[in-house]
Amino acid sequence: MKAFSYERVSDPAQAAARAAEVPGAKFIAGGTNLLDLMKHEIEIPQHLIDVGGTGLDDIAPTDEGGLRIGALVSNAALSADARVRKDYAVLSRALVSGASGQLRNKATTGGNLLQRTRCPYFYDTGMPCNKRSPGAGCAALGEGATTRQLGIIGTSDACIATHPSDMAVALRVLDAEVETVTPTGETRRLTLEEFYQLPGDTPEVENALEQGEMITAVVLPAPVEGRHVYYKVRDRASYAFALVSVALIQTPDGTGRVALGGVAPKPWRRDEADALLPQGASAVMERLLDGARPTQENAYKLTLAERTLAALLAQE
Amino acid sequence: MSMLKTLEHSLSDRNEQGRHLFMNSQSSAERSNVSLVVNGERHQLELDNRTTLLDALREHLTLTGTKKGCDHGQCGACTVSVNGERINACLTLAVMHEGDDISTIEGVGGVEHLDPMQQAFVDHDAFQCGYCTPGQICSAKAVLDEIQAGLPSHVTKDLNAPIEISDAEIRERMSGNLCRCGAYANILKAINQVAEARS
Repeated sequence: MKAFSYERVSDPAQAAARAAEVPGAKFIAGGTNLLDLMKHEIEIPQHLIDVGGTGLDDIAPTDEGGLRIGALVSNAALSADARVRKDYAVLSRALVSGASGQLRNKATTGGNLLQRTRCPYFYDTGMPCNKRSPGAGCAALGEGATTRQLGIIGTSDACIATHPSDMAVALRVLDAEVETVTPTGETRRLTLEEFYQLPGDTPEVENALEQGEMITAVVLPAPVEGRHVYYKVRDRASYAFALVSVALIQTPDGTGRVALGGVAPKPWRRDEADALLPQGASAVMERLLDGARPTQENAYKLTLAERTLAALLAQE
Repeated sequence: MSMLKTLEHSLSDRNEQGRHLFMNSQSSAERSNVSLVVNGERHQLELDNRTTLLDALREHLTLTGTKKGCDHGQCGACTVSVNGERINACLTLAVMHEGDDISTIEGVGGVEHLDPMQQAFVDHDAFQCGYCTPGQICSAKAVLDEIQAGLPSHVTKDLNAPIEISDAEIRERMSGNLCRCGAYANILKAINQVAEARS
């Protein structure tokens, strides 16, 4: 790990202002992804701004009947919140399907959204990666690469990594918004669709945050009634990233919403695909995964996604 | 036991020398003061900002019960309790824990006064080489507390009902602790023994 200077801040706007003015600064909250990457010298911040003392750690009702989740609320605390368990079960289920008990105690809501979109070649500093060194090339797209875990849609010729968050997939299906504070002290609200950027030619850019802009909260709209399901298919029963995951909210009349994890550089959802839910899994996936560009090794994800949704719809 | 102690001390001395050599070439902006309460005792440390909580415990406070396995949050050997919650000590910086209350395996119990979970691991032969055991025990104690507090897990069937202790719940919640000797079956028995005694 490279040396860095460190400071603690107590106010989110102050944190954002400092992050914009100090060269090479990064925020640290739980640190579970950042420190892992710093040990590999994939992330090399010159200065860390510890935002752990900014007080953004409560979950409060909103005037619109939803919940405002402070950016520092831990994944464990969010999954266990009685209101989330009762009214946003898809979120609780997604959270407990991610990481390990130890990591969920430390990982925060804001940090979970900001964990890097990644693949094994991003971690392997002996291999080329356009995210680590823009223009270096993508080892995952090279001949003989192991790609069975990687993305099938929303990817580009520069990068086929996936965003590994389960929480974000549930937030996407719930139409959650990300609230931020900018270095000039203004508040912004972004939908998750606006927040996450597709790799295109610039896979090093993963989200719409400006330099120094800090996530302060995630805002959930009023609860969506219906059956909430999060189903994660993975190589082992626990503590593994999704090969495919499905977040589903199904209302009694058969309509609903679907988002996928494990297939794209961001939580994957399309309104047009949601509208096809009454017609079944095949119709939904045909639309939701239209334009997919799988590799030979990960084309199975197309079938797996459809069958996973079909299984969930058959449960009712 | 005494040979092991000697080895640990000599390793610790070598690291200490290395640190002093390094300190001379390091700017003060890259070091910080932090106060940690470890097993009830307050310690004031001046550390390189890069020092993880795990290295602070092992190298600076010579509390070598907490183990370094993967150093990347994947194996759980470094599990400790911070302000009552289990975390991976390798994936957090010591300077992030100003004033925090940290409990390590040394605080759980020792040869003269074994914690019920330590006794249960002995009773059920729940280890072979023992390297992962401090992390397993710290995690196992937290798992029973988490179930008692009603925190849901991936295998909890009803999110809105009290959680019942079961093999499935224990296995799922212990998935962040690896044991390369494969003592899992006996670890499960040990945790069940403590769960039954508690109920």
